[in-house]
Amino acid sequence: MQWETVIGLEIHAQLTTRSKIFSGASTAFGAAPNTQACQVDLALPGVLPVLNRGAVERAIKFGLAIGARLNRTNVFARKNYFYPDLPKGYQISQFELPIVEGGSIDIQVGGAVKTIRLTRAHLEEDAGKSLHEDFHGMSGIDLNRAGTPLLEIVSEPDMRSAKEAVAYAKALHTLVTWIGICDGNMQEGSFRMDANVSVRPKGQAEFGTRREIKNLNSFRFLEQAIDYEVRWQIERIEDGHEIQQATVLFDPDTGETRMMRTKEDAHDYRYFPDPDLLPVKLDETLIADTQAHMPELPQARQARYKTEFGLSTYDAASLTSSRAMADYFEAVATALPKPDPKLAANWVMGDLTAALNKVEMDLDDSPITAPLLAKLLARIQDGTLSGKLAKQVFEVMWGEGGEPDAIIEARGLKQMSDSGELEAIIDEVLAANAKLVEEYRAGKEKAFNALVGRVMQATRGKANPAQVNELLRARLAG
Amino acid sequence: MPTPTLRFLSTLLAQGKASSVELCQDYLDRIRRLNPALNAFITVDPDRTLVEAVAADALRASGRGDVLTGVPIAHKDLFCTEGWLTTCGSRMLAGFVSPYDAHVIRQCKTMGMPSLGKTNMDEFAMGSSNETSHFGPVKNPWDHARVPGGSSGGSAACVAADMAPAATGSDTGGSIRQPAALCGITGLKPTYGMVSRYGMIAFASSLDQGGPMARTAEDCGLLLNVMAGFDERDSTSLQREKEDYTRDLDKPLAGLKIGLPREFFGEGLTGDIAKAVEEAITQYRRLGAETVEVGLPNSRLSVAAYYVLAPAEASSNLSRFDGVRYGYRTPDYTDLLDMYEKTRAEGFGEEVKRRILIGTYVLSHGYYDAYYIQAQKLRRLIASDFRAAFRDCDVILGPTTPGTAFRLGERIQDPVQMYLTDIYTIAVNLAGLPGMSLPCGFDGQGLPIGMQLIGDYFGEARILNVAHQYQRVTDWHQRRPEGL
Repeated sequence: MQWETVIGLEIHAQLTTRSKIFSGASTAFGAAPNTQACQVDLALPGVLPVLNRGAVERAIKFGLAIGARLNRTNVFARKNYFYPDLPKGYQISQFELPIVEGGSIDIQVGGAVKTIRLTRAHLEEDAGKSLHEDFHGMSGIDLNRAGTPLLEIVSEPDMRSAKEAVAYAKALHTLVTWIGICDGNMQEGSFRMDANVSVRPKGQAEFGTRREIKNLNSFRFLEQAIDYEVRWQIERIEDGHEIQQATVLFDPDTGETRMMRTKEDAHDYRYFPDPDLLPVKLDETLIADTQAHMPELPQARQARYKTEFGLSTYDAASLTSSRAMADYFEAVATALPKPDPKLAANWVMGDLTAALNKVEMDLDDSPITAPLLAKLLARIQDGTLSGKLAKQVFEVMWGEGGEPDAIIEARGLKQMSDSGELEAIIDEVLAANAKLVEEYRAGKEKAFNALVGRVMQATRGKANPAQVNELLRARLAG
Repeated sequence: MPTPTLRFLSTLLAQGKASSVELCQDYLDRIRRLNPALNAFITVDPDRTLVEAVAADALRASGRGDVLTGVPIAHKDLFCTEGWLTTCGSRMLAGFVSPYDAHVIRQCKTMGMPSLGKTNMDEFAMGSSNETSHFGPVKNPWDHARVPGGSSGGSAACVAADMAPAATGSDTGGSIRQPAALCGITGLKPTYGMVSRYGMIAFASSLDQGGPMARTAEDCGLLLNVMAGFDERDSTSLQREKEDYTRDLDKPLAGLKIGLPREFFGEGLTGDIAKAVEEAITQYRRLGAETVEVGLPNSRLSVAAYYVLAPAEASSNLSRFDGVRYGYRTPDYTDLLDMYEKTRAEGFGEEVKRRILIGTYVLSHGYYDAYYIQAQKLRRLIASDFRAAFRDCDVILGPTTPGTAFRLGERIQDPVQMYLTDIYTIAVNLAGLPGMSLPCGFDGQGLPIGMQLIGDYFGEARILNVAHQYQRVTDWHQRRPEGL
């Protein structure tokens, strides 16, 4: 039987506010346990929450970016359950009236564009952390994270493969970091994914029973977990079992998912509107302002890179995978003396990205800034540097810093532009390689390439390869 | 000696006839003498009180004092007080020392009002007799075999017995007004949002409101001036101009329209209370007021709505008492669940557990719409009744309670009878209106009777005026229990 996979994702994006969603404590990551938990976060008797406006502004920004409906009145509710890292015994979240409803985002898989619909996005507070090691049979509780603002982004079950799920998660990751509402740091848990996965016979209209894979913190794990889960579900069904609705965890060590709890022991969260917080009323001016200050979004930029710069879909997509990269690329492309977006794209996606990846560095920290790279590329455009020489200059700029012109000058890396000098070298090379010349004349094109190589060697790479080609052909023909 | 009102004590201090230290010493002596029998205080700490009194005297001497600087006060034990025990009348918090001050406490401290101690109360403010306190019941100063009312029973009893000139209270369904009535004092529940709830341990967040309890309406106004005001830490706190609640005290009542809800004067009202309230109405007519009959048809449903909404909120508010971070934790447990269950089973009393169970039930999947949503609808109907009534009158008058102080143990086994004690007060909380109780007579057994004045939203100054004018021509509020 042919099976179809159905996936919906719930993604928790931690918002970039400096203080928590309902208290003034800091949200900075990595502080000593319980040093960033104030009396509100500790849920002391008598304390009350006050909504952080910054969290609301970020949710509005997200809603506008995905073309969603913003609920002008939205309501915080209490989700009640007991756990030691949930100090109040309830999580303040949104239930019946979330701030954002609807909207969509486009993804590309295998060259095809697909629109994924979003169900909703709501604001909520994070819980603290339970630490089960190092406490001699007891558990430690760290409430630094308690009260950190989250936007929970829920998709419709619109994805049909792990690849699509990953593409969606990446697109969302790009978007939330692009508009600056989330730092996207997955190691620190700023972007966490839950995947609802089910399978059904191809052609069947109803969904199968789903299982939810909780708390995936990398795109690779997301893909592995879904792939495993799909195989597992199909095998179960083909073996004559029924899938039970359940929550499962993915173990990266074994690559398997395992049961956490079934629907039977699911909580009744007893949601009700939080009487400590008034319904949130969205201000039209704030919405209009946010819209007016919205940066050009990734999809719009991709389209523009294709039409305005003539880049391929692949290049346009790669360059817009983060706002930092797109901004960098555009700064380089627009600074070139002669318009050549493809040259800028190749260097940004090629040498620069490779250098950054090698040392796991963020583009923002790159020692070679966009204006510096543009200066380097300008020297290619004016013939001062060959591509090969430019790479050498790039290496020096990366390793030691400095302006390209100064490096070219100091190291004598200037491309040979005097054709007389080059012709003399060519003559020497031809004289020293009579055999190759013979072979070329006998019709071996390979011999020509070898001769070009010898000339380049003799010039220590400083010759312009195009010029070498031209002069060499003329000389051999003569 | 004249009635030791806040106004009187303030004058003594201003004239230099007494210091705050002397006043506090007198009250502490009286507390030492009377509290063992009355049990109105859970915590008394004379050293702390006197340190605060010394500071208050210095503040007054520096010329930076205000009307109530140096005047001592007692605080209901649900206001968090830095350095003092804050128990909320519960075993759960029997050893809890708050690391911060509630907004109301901070306001009183800034004014320089020394704290005489923390007053006894029904556990987590759930009760109408003070019998649910973990620290034992408070006795009514008028008859030690009777209850003082609740939940602010300790606050009411300590004022009635002159162990404090005034006290803070909180009112979720009548917890200021009912004990004020049963102890023969004056108490005011402000409009919801007037007094910050920050640091006031929550029972039912949408209904809880702190307020003053004192001998006179004037004193309630003076104390409300200290307690009220916008606080950014409470999202339900109202952003309004600071006002002087005593500004209208002396306004004559000629032309005042008093609304008499027909539903408050029907069956269930005992003869003595009906008579006392009738006489008060006659008094008001003499003062130039007119009366009009108004209808509050949905108020009969207020107890039912209240006992869905208040427990629902309470069940969630009390979840934080889990033994993990502070408060009581059971000594023996096998795992986390066992720790939760035993801690809460042992830490909470019967009434609190009953309400947590009710609240959990009405919020449960499948029951939420039938109970919680329905009760919210009733709440809106009750509020709109009041809105309609206030189109025809300026204030509403009626009894505060259907009966006078009942005997200790008389109703504690019968929750429904106990809940009906608040039948006249609960609707006011559901509507979020200001209401107050003031003494208007005594029954045949010499027990005080209270009448209730309900104002429109932000009508505190108005009802204080109406109460003050009555107290100018009557002396019920000056009567003191014998033998103290």
